[in-house]
Amino acid sequence: MSSYDETELPARIIERPEWSTKETSEGAQELFERDETSREQIFREAGSVLRMPEGPVLDASQIDVERSDDETMIINMGPQHPSTHGVLRLMLELDGEVVLRTKSVIGYLHTGMEKQAEELTYVQGCTNVTRMDYLSPLHNELVFSLATEALIGVEMPERATWIRMLMCELNRMSSHLMWMATNGMDLGSTSMMIYGFREREMILSFFEKTTGLRMNNNYIRPGGVAADLPDGWEDDVAVICETILARTYEYDELLTGQPIFRDRTEGVGGLSAEEALALSVTGPLLRSTGVPWDLRRVQPYLAYDQVEFDVIVGTYGDNFDRYAIRLAEIRESIRIVRQILDKMPAGPYRVQDAKVTPPPRGRIDTSMEALIHHFKIFTEGFKVPEGEVYVPVESPRGEIGCYLVSDGSSKPYRMHIRGPSFVNLQVLPTLLRGGLMSDAVACISSVDPVMGEVDR
Amino acid sequence: MSDVALGAFQGVVAAGGIGVDQVLFPNRSEYHGLVAQLRATGFEMCADLCGVDYLTHPGRSSVPAGVAIERFEVVVNLLSLSMKRRVRVRVQVPEADPVVDSLFDLYPGTEAMERETFDLLGIRFTGHPDLTRILMPEDWEGHPLRKDYGTGRVPVQFKEVPGPR
Repeated sequence: MSSYDETELPARIIERPEWSTKETSEGAQELFERDETSREQIFREAGSVLRMPEGPVLDASQIDVERSDDETMIINMGPQHPSTHGVLRLMLELDGEVVLRTKSVIGYLHTGMEKQAEELTYVQGCTNVTRMDYLSPLHNELVFSLATEALIGVEMPERATWIRMLMCELNRMSSHLMWMATNGMDLGSTSMMIYGFREREMILSFFEKTTGLRMNNNYIRPGGVAADLPDGWEDDVAVICETILARTYEYDELLTGQPIFRDRTEGVGGLSAEEALALSVTGPLLRSTGVPWDLRRVQPYLAYDQVEFDVIVGTYGDNFDRYAIRLAEIRESIRIVRQILDKMPAGPYRVQDAKVTPPPRGRIDTSMEALIHHFKIFTEGFKVPEGEVYVPVESPRGEIGCYLVSDGSSKPYRMHIRGPSFVNLQVLPTLLRGGLMSDAVACISSVDPVMGEVDR
Repeated sequence: MSDVALGAFQGVVAAGGIGVDQVLFPNRSEYHGLVAQLRATGFEMCADLCGVDYLTHPGRSSVPAGVAIERFEVVVNLLSLSMKRRVRVRVQVPEADPVVDSLFDLYPGTEAMERETFDLLGIRFTGHPDLTRILMPEDWEGHPLRKDYGTGRVPVQFKEVPGPR
């Protein structure tokens, strides 16, 4: 593309020729051939981004910086590849079938949601954040709502807290089931894909019954939840728990003990605890390395200190550990949900503060104040005191955090979501290095990235 | 709970709010040294790093007296798994020279976060190995999360849309 006829170039490229980079004009984000890369950069990329302050994790002698471009090949995987779980683009440097260097190129799904959040009121904000991690929308809503409530300083009614916990645990189950499905698919088990989607659909049907929507629920809002649980929810949830628990043992038969599956996952994509901590990895990835870090346990939010559950940890940090952790976490979530069934308190499902909570429909017709409050909340929104707060919760993918800055108006001054997928994705060069190309698919899957959250 | 050991840090320290023990306000020259000190005292993980543009809200009350307020702020949330506590570091970055030290050598996990902050707010990180745009296309002009970045000027923005942005 070097022999451009100038008349064919866009006007802004003629004005600023330096914008005209090679082919896709996305030059510097890419992985370059070795001739064009400095020695230091190759060293860094070949060793992932790891250069630990306390001593080398990577043996420098293992890195072959002298290899010539003639022996290696850089290929693109994605952004349209079905196994990249969305629009993730990986550039892989291969020597035969062995992956030497990896660079992920992201941003294909960037829609400026953090900028958008500054234009939306706190009431509308949940509709925005719920679309980030579209496989666990309720956790996004939860973290945004908790951050807003922390700034306002309202006390949640007990029932609202427990409803939130119930929905979040069901969401964790559906997210992990979705992961089991796609992971099975990536490893060639199409029956697992169908089973995973089938079970997830049960939970989504319950979400539809409760929130009106299968995904992107906008159910958890600042000040409580949007609606009370439907009549007979106990029966629905009990059936979900019973069915899915029984089915997880079917997955055991289908995958856990299956020799092909174990061959493809055991010892593949190994990660050490030091690497995971240095790369800020959280969630099942961190726990697979043996670090018992689960925010539900160590920094309890909602009412997680009042339910019993185990934090599942792995030993080897390989793909099989991550599979086993997610499968076991489904069972732990079922255990939590069953306790919530027993302990669900009665009472209001949202804060009884007319400044934050819209009045019930019936009162709008009879009360002038209710009408005014309703109008103010849905046009102007409620004002949030000035301040800044960072609230983390444990989503199925790890620590999702919301850094919220308020200037005292009814719209966030700055809302930053710390997406676990975005941070966890940095681990890919480490997982893939030295492995086979065919295992790359399994490794990407085991990180469980949701591109809606990576790119936001 | 006792205060975090801060070593030689002499800057402003505020009591933390919800979920955070302390908020530290180093200036730019103290920033890297302070985070190195915190890392040595047991903050193993950099949970989050982001930037804020305070262009239209300069007189913010969350910054205590004694801190010279600037337009940009880089906010780092550090996490200690061993002590189960969090600490927040807020460093002021002036508009004229939006440059701070990179934390990459202390926490390799900040690589993507610093790239994102550079991309969306235009704050540059000295010592970052690969400071390129991460979410926006490489040839994008402007930094969208800045408060003076106009939204809605061009109905749909694609790479090859001609004219000023």
